[in-house]
Amino acid sequence: MAEPKQRCKQCGERDAVFHLHQVVGDQTVVLHLCERCAAERGYETAQSVQQTPLGSFLAAMGKGLGGVATAPSGSRCPGCGASLQDFRESGKLGCSECYVTFASPLRELLRRLHGATVHVGEAYLAPLEPPEAAGAAPAERVGAATGAVEALRAQLAQAIATENFELAAELRDRLRGAEGWT
Amino acid sequence: MDLSLLPDGGVGWLDASGPLGHLVLSTRIRLARNLAGFPFCGRASELERERIAERVGEAARGTAALGGGMRFRLDRLDWTSRAVLHERHLVSKELAALDPAASPRSGAALVTSGTVGVMVNEEDHLRLQGLRSGFALEAAYADLDRLDAELGARVPFAFHPEFGYLTSCPTNVGTGLRASVLIHLPGLVLTKEISKVLQGLAQVGLTYRGLHGEGSEVVGNFFQLSNQTTLGKSEPDLLDHLGKMVRQVIAYEERAREVLLRNAPAIIEDKVWRAYGLLRYARKLSFEEAMNLLSGVRLGVGTGMLKDVSVYTLNKLLIFAQPAHLAVAEGVAVTETPELDVRRARYIRQVLEHEVSR
Repeated sequence: MAEPKQRCKQCGERDAVFHLHQVVGDQTVVLHLCERCAAERGYETAQSVQQTPLGSFLAAMGKGLGGVATAPSGSRCPGCGASLQDFRESGKLGCSECYVTFASPLRELLRRLHGATVHVGEAYLAPLEPPEAAGAAPAERVGAATGAVEALRAQLAQAIATENFELAAELRDRLRGAEGWT
Repeated sequence: MDLSLLPDGGVGWLDASGPLGHLVLSTRIRLARNLAGFPFCGRASELERERIAERVGEAARGTAALGGGMRFRLDRLDWTSRAVLHERHLVSKELAALDPAASPRSGAALVTSGTVGVMVNEEDHLRLQGLRSGFALEAAYADLDRLDAELGARVPFAFHPEFGYLTSCPTNVGTGLRASVLIHLPGLVLTKEISKVLQGLAQVGLTYRGLHGEGSEVVGNFFQLSNQTTLGKSEPDLLDHLGKMVRQVIAYEERAREVLLRNAPAIIEDKVWRAYGLLRYARKLSFEEAMNLLSGVRLGVGTGMLKDVSVYTLNKLLIFAQPAHLAVAEGVAVTETPELDVRRARYIRQVLEHEVSR
């Protein structure tokens, strides 16, 4: 916040209050934005995040936020049959598999809710005894995570190619987190 | 339901023995967990919720922390008993289903022992909770971490390498950890600085609630300060951040009290003694009035004006003067508010008479 006053690089009218330093590859990109233009790009201050209820995040979900890919709105979770629409209405997910099925829109929501998308707390290994229903054995989860890393790498390459640096920085962070776990 | 079977009545945490007990009533931490292989509670069938209650019950029996604990099936208790558990901070309002239109969902259960417990079939399959007297984040987490490890070794929790512990609501995903410190802030309320402080907390990712957690009103100047986010920070970092901010709030509160005592000593002294006088002699007290007066007396104890009242006595009144507790103790229906107000005033008079040495 001690930065000298700058005009917003997007509208050129208002003072920039966001100074986003992003490292993409070997380059550091600094983006100066006013609050309104920053909000349009999906950046918010802790305060503005507080003022926005979960409902409006949910309403915005599925509308292709910030170009981030979303699950097709008609798709249902194979684990419990819940749709994105169900989540939007109740604010609750149906089962653990919903996190995989709706991973893309969820990441966007998590970034807004928590300012992060990757768990960095305690790791957990389920007991060896197989759980009651299929689909949650530790070995399968590791497999799924490896797939996720590949998908992230591909998305990162795409984001850099299209010069979408905010998304690239986000994907890089997510990738680091995901790789740490596999 | 006989809560006297609990060694400490489930309220060991109000003994005021914890650090900074005159300011901080209790420290509570909860961890949200779900069983792998079952839909989350909102989409689980009655049968699945029964099965979840059974599995968690079995697992809890095998743990050192909860093996000897008491178990309650909320769906088999009457409204008043559920309200008593809620007033003791052992179950959430949601699990107790206290709204007039609500009824407890099948499989709703509580296992509790000493400083830890687990709510079953709340918003998540398991809500592990640790409760300590005073400002004791580390101790509360140590208890809970042990219980988490013990339970997690007996039943498989839903966990994803990227998202962490999976929860029904994405606001809890990751660590599933929500730590709350129940703190008394009359100084900041009286100096009207409280809203500034609360706004400041919001900016650093913390939030506040009333005496009974989510959705509850602030009464008696008690605020529950807690972390807002659960993902992207480790458990120790979340606790460390909350701890630092609470210490800051404590410093502000102490400064506000100093200012009040320096600039308006007569007003504060009058407020404290009036509160004490009313509690000591009133013949009819609503719950809310009693809470506000207890807040005034607590301020008097904290600033050394009232030397003969103990924080333990105040904590006890805070719990036992609540509607459901009072109704059970007095054998009156909880709906008979006018009669309860009379009984409340009498109960408080008696406790103060017996426990205050003058």
